Amino acid sequence: MTTAHPPLPADAYGPDALIMKGVDGLNWRLKDYEARGGYRALRKVIAEKMTPDALIAEVKKSALRGRGGAGFPTGLKWSFMPREFPGQKYIVCNSDEGEPGTFKDRDILRYNPHSVIEGMVLAGYATGTTVGYNYIHGEIWDVYQRFEEAIEEARAAGYLGSNILGSGVAFELHAHHGWGAYICGEETALLESLEGKKGLPRFKPPFPASYGLYGKPTTINNTETFAAVPWIVANGAERYLELGRPNNGGTKIFSVSGHVERPGNYEVRLGTPFAKLLAMAGGVRAGRTLKAVIPGGSSMPVLPGEAMMRTDMDYDSIAKAGSMLGSGAVIVMDDSTCMVKALERLSYFYFEESCGQCTPCREGTGWLYRMVHRIETGHGRPEDLDVLVNVADNILGRTICALGDAAALPVKSFIAHFREEFAYHIEHKRCLVSIPGGYATVPGVPLGEAA
Amino acid sequence: MLSREALDKVDRALTKYPPDQKQSAVLAALVIAQEEKGHLSTEVMDFVAHYLGMPPVAVYEVATFYTMFDCTPAGANKLCVCTNLPCALRGSVAALEHLKQRLGVELNETTPDGKFTLREGECFGACGDAPVMLHNNKRMLSFMTPDRIDQLLAELSK
Amino acid sequence: MLKIEIDGRQTEVPPGATVMDAATRVGVFIPYFCYHKKLSIAANCRMCLVQVEKAPKPLPACATPVTDGMKVWTQSELARQAQRGVMEFLLINHPLDCPICDQGGECRLQDLSVGYGGSASRYREPKRVVSEKEIGPLVSAQEMTRCIHCTRCIRFGQEIGGVMELGMIGRGEHAEIVAFVGRTVDSELSGNMIDICPVGALTSKPFRYTARTWELARRKSVSPHCGLGANLIVQAIHNRVMRVVPRENEALNECWLSDKDRFSYEGLNSEERVRRPMLKQGGEWREVDWQVALEHTAHALRETRAKHGAGAIGALGSPHATLEELHLLQKLARGLGSESVDFRLRRCDFSADGKRAGVPWLGMPVAEIGALDRVLVVGSFLRKDHALIAQRLRQAAKRGQQINLLHVAGDDPLVRLANRLTVAPSALPVALARIARAVIEAKGGALPPALAQLEAAPAVTETARAIAASLASGARVGIFLGNAAEQHPRAAELHAIAQELAGALDARFGFLGEAANSVGGYLAGCVPGPGGMNAGAMLADPRKAYVLLNVEPALDCHNAAQALAAMHAADMVIALSAFGGGALDYADVILPIGPFTETSGTFVNTEGRAQSFNGVVPPLGDARPAWKVLRVLGNMLGVEGFDFDTSEAVRDAACRASDVAGRLDNRVSGIALERRAPAPALERVAEVPIYSADPLVRRASSLQQTHDAAPPSAFMNAATIARLGLAAGAPVRVRQESGTAVLELARDDGLADGCVRIAAAHPATAALGAMFGEIRVEPA
Ligand SMILES: Cc1cc2nc3c(=O)[nH]c(=O)nc-3n(C[C@H](O)[C@H](O)[C@H](O)COP(=O)(O)O)c2cc1C
Ligand code: SF4
Ligand code: FES
Repeated sequence: MTTAHPPLPADAYGPDALIMKGVDGLNWRLKDYEARGGYRALRKVIAEKMTPDALIAEVKKSALRGRGGAGFPTGLKWSFMPREFPGQKYIVCNSDEGEPGTFKDRDILRYNPHSVIEGMVLAGYATGTTVGYNYIHGEIWDVYQRFEEAIEEARAAGYLGSNILGSGVAFELHAHHGWGAYICGEETALLESLEGKKGLPRFKPPFPASYGLYGKPTTINNTETFAAVPWIVANGAERYLELGRPNNGGTKIFSVSGHVERPGNYEVRLGTPFAKLLAMAGGVRAGRTLKAVIPGGSSMPVLPGEAMMRTDMDYDSIAKAGSMLGSGAVIVMDDSTCMVKALERLSYFYFEESCGQCTPCREGTGWLYRMVHRIETGHGRPEDLDVLVNVADNILGRTICALGDAAALPVKSFIAHFREEFAYHIEHKRCLVSIPGGYATVPGVPLGEAA
Repeated sequence: MLSREALDKVDRALTKYPPDQKQSAVLAALVIAQEEKGHLSTEVMDFVAHYLGMPPVAVYEVATFYTMFDCTPAGANKLCVCTNLPCALRGSVAALEHLKQRLGVELNETTPDGKFTLREGECFGACGDAPVMLHNNKRMLSFMTPDRIDQLLAELSK
Repeated sequence: MLKIEIDGRQTEVPPGATVMDAATRVGVFIPYFCYHKKLSIAANCRMCLVQVEKAPKPLPACATPVTDGMKVWTQSELARQAQRGVMEFLLINHPLDCPICDQGGECRLQDLSVGYGGSASRYREPKRVVSEKEIGPLVSAQEMTRCIHCTRCIRFGQEIGGVMELGMIGRGEHAEIVAFVGRTVDSELSGNMIDICPVGALTSKPFRYTARTWELARRKSVSPHCGLGANLIVQAIHNRVMRVVPRENEALNECWLSDKDRFSYEGLNSEERVRRPMLKQGGEWREVDWQVALEHTAHALRETRAKHGAGAIGALGSPHATLEELHLLQKLARGLGSESVDFRLRRCDFSADGKRAGVPWLGMPVAEIGALDRVLVVGSFLRKDHALIAQRLRQAAKRGQQINLLHVAGDDPLVRLANRLTVAPSALPVALARIARAVIEAKGGALPPALAQLEAAPAVTETARAIAASLASGARVGIFLGNAAEQHPRAAELHAIAQELAGALDARFGFLGEAANSVGGYLAGCVPGPGGMNAGAMLADPRKAYVLLNVEPALDCHNAAQALAAMHAADMVIALSAFGGGALDYADVILPIGPFTETSGTFVNTEGRAQSFNGVVPPLGDARPAWKVLRVLGNMLGVEGFDFDTSEAVRDAACRASDVAGRLDNRVSGIALERRAPAPALERVAEVPIYSADPLVRRASSLQQTHDAAPPSAFMNAATIARLGLAAGAPVRVRQESGTAVLELARDDGLADGCVRIAAAHPATAALGAMFGEIRVEPA
């Protein structure tokens, strides 16, 4: 699916799509969503007077796991919300999608916004919460505006408000936008940002379920997580679970980027072989071979192509292969990619995006980047690789939030899998990769002088 | 300081949050203010601080934390190119080079006529459309190959 | 209670305690930078990482709550490795400028790097440089490259100071601590940021580069300023005081100091210090030796008594003087036969004299203020007059204490208020009576006759009712009268009404206490006796001779113009003073005395705590401790009972510490409430600016550069300005009694209608009269 502008071809997201089924890029409005069976789940819950506990049990049974990165079981998370809390509680949708390689939430929001709204209302019902916010990445302003429109539609149709579909159930939803800070995707930084502050992650515990937005119990889920809920409720947890694998229920939207013929979002069943997903994306660019894949967004360890080709796309399989499914962003690199240069760019990202709050991340990300940069530009020293790994180890697990880990893991995995490339850079002050047109420093030119 | 229309927008944003949490509207207010004033001067930040009942330095913190705010004037057209890895794998570095060459400026510089400012961005969450660019923060531009960049510059230079 | 084991040591802690708390309890040291026991937990430095059983990662001790049965290792390989890693990160961008850093010797980073740092740096990349910041005359932010981003300074401002003046802009490695563009840090507690900054990023501007910390002699002392009696460490080198830092006392100042307490020491080294006794003869000042000066003084006093009677001699002592000094001053006056002695210089209503059951005081220990659930403060520029009591209220408010403020100005105390009522000074008693009435009505009691007398009491306003409702809903209520209530022309009535109110609420009530010895002065007996004149009377009806102890009448008294006129009218003014100042104009003898750092003595704070201290440096030049000067004078004048060898002996003669409690009593009886007190068309509201309050702080040069020391303006609310047809920003001529001053007119909408706010205790307004009362304003 490389078309920039809708309408999208039929089945653009793949034949197994649930969330994106029937979505053509133009049919995002309420009536279209209803025509696709939208808000059926909400109507069912209300008509059948399903209890909140039953709803949570259903989500638990579906084995839906958070699509934001950590893969935490969604039903379990919802069950942490205190029932008898006297004050306001909140549902927050994390649409701050900024993990390099990830662009699925944008498609859900712009082409199927009501699925998120419905999912949030259901979450509100399940947790006894009446106010929700959707925190939308600042860089996708048109999507933010469209979401506001969708909210208006839903409100007008009685799907939002103080008396949803005359049932007495209340849920109010607001869109909130970021303005350029990757860290605000981290759930507690997001809450701080929503409170009008810098996005500095909070130390946990306390977790948002007990101390969240404005200090009140809060459930935060990813856009895709919410978008999956209506289908589960409408069609039954069993069916959802069966689509995927045990403990890995349903479908997942993978954002495939990099060196493939057709970058784009593909919604496939969890457990689909990577090779199949790669094929959906048109395979590796013509004439090139697969070198490496980051299977779950830039924060996750990179894996060599061969390893990926043996792996299935679900949480457990990818973990077994040595990485993580993360947000489902698949960054494909072919043999024209210099792994030093690739790591340099990623390290720069974490250095740029560190909030600066805690010491290991603030100081360590800059150190990592500068070392990789030196190696890439031909000023590496033999001891650098060991220092790099050690510095990464000193960040890993020592920070307030997982951005520290996100900065450390690529460094460790790139060096672990492609150490000879780094060593070559250091020793020869030249790039090992010599394929033109790739992401590498011009071959043959001493690194320091290359553009 | 801000126009009535701008304040109406801020007031509308304020309705989203509990009455004792006006600070939640600071991002919205600063975006609205930046759009109206071009950049966030000291006076603008001070004004927003008073409007929302925040310490001015807390507004300053916010204005410098989120990268799409400009505390100093930028050109009439701010072009921000994502050069993060997924985009870089698909030609965004070349796109940036092309822009530099066409505009005759380096990163974070503004053309002498004040028309263009060039920035580098981190992931916009649109990696499938690489190379991607943002024009004045709010307009996302996809598949920015050199010829499409030329078209854009022609449009913006009118 | 939760059981926890740390490095093999067992202890139990209450739920909610952190691993850091537990470690402190068992005496295990965990390194840290960002943690501070009085601040919220940020857990950002990561220095306190420790190993916790079953946790896959090391956890920050400062932020990790103890769970029952937890096992912690602070020195295990995992913990040590984490701590060393963090230390390395902190040092890579930290300048290695310890030899020239002001923090050298008291730097947490320096100290901890010895135990946790590596020997050689592995960091070969360029170091970060952060530009210097200008944030005001007290706190230096010249070396922000040293900042380790612990955010203690920011949290201090937000949480303790009550105002966020510093923030961290930018992000990641580019994050910097700054004030808002072009602003300074103006909090009256700002100096504490210097103490809590663990490195040499925020340092003391006045102290910078003047000494190395390890060369300083450290002596305990007590603040001579407000009624709190903050505990100090005074640091000196070569007999010169170089710095003052807090001496922790949880019951009083906790670990903080106000800027006044911290930086006033600069006044000790002022150019205006008098080093030799001086006599004015034929209009010329002449330095003399002590013998000559004292003989001259004794002779002059004897002569005055002989010529005009003992009643012509008045003695005025400063409430900032020590208990010993005030005791000997009154003893001397009485020995001469005069009962005219007083230390209550800014009071003007003395009608409660003779009707008090005891010495007025706070009415409760300072430390218990935070445990009250409802508070009413009457007539107080709280933040400026009692910076650290305001701080306690600020914290208490966060815990749910409801604080109500009835005052004559609308200044923000930076304390969350439940209600506030701002009235003109003339309306203050009525407003308080309304609150009292509303409380009594709510409680269903009968209006005491005293209140029923008050003409306006019946009409209860909405705010008064809200305040009453707040107070009546409490279980532990405190009512505190501030400086403005004590300086008020109807102070006794305010006292009496507050007493009624407290009675109805079963509340504690008392006085915040203007000065270090506001309680001590009473204990010392430094108040007029039968037939004697109080401070107000002595100045309204000039005496032939005055003995001034540490007093600058035009700045320290209620009615500046009147006080100055009295000095000029007198035949003989004997000034025991550390400073020349105005005394050079009107005095005949200046006897140089040592300020609090150069004498031993005692301050009895507002809660009745007698705190004795020793001198920390010898007196400057020929200056002498005032108690010794007074003792010799007493001897020369042949007054009985002046044979003291030590200041302790004087103290015990004045009041034994064990006797203090028995003498404290706020009850008054027989105060008549005025039926009708007409409000003038325009009336003055006067505050004593924080850095003008006493002779020492007035000479503290850095404090004098702060915004709080800006020259006074005349403030009115917009309506009053409009009614008078004036314009803010333009100069106006202010007339009060026979004095005039030309000041800039400024707007302060916090004031009640018809009020003109003009600071007292300032040379620019010293020609004016009483702090409260009728005033006229016209275009200049
Ligand atoms: C640095 C960082 C960035 C993150 N960015 C995102 C993001 O953009 N979107 C998202 O949904 N979750 C993101 N997360 C994960 C969230 O913290 C959180 O786990 C998630 O929103 C929970 O939703 P889920 O349970 O539905 O996955 C990020 C986490 C970290 C540490
Ligand atoms: S200036 Fe000092 S107190 Fe403030 S953040 Fe930096 S190191 Fe901490
Ligand atoms: S003291 Fe615990 S993280 Fe700083």
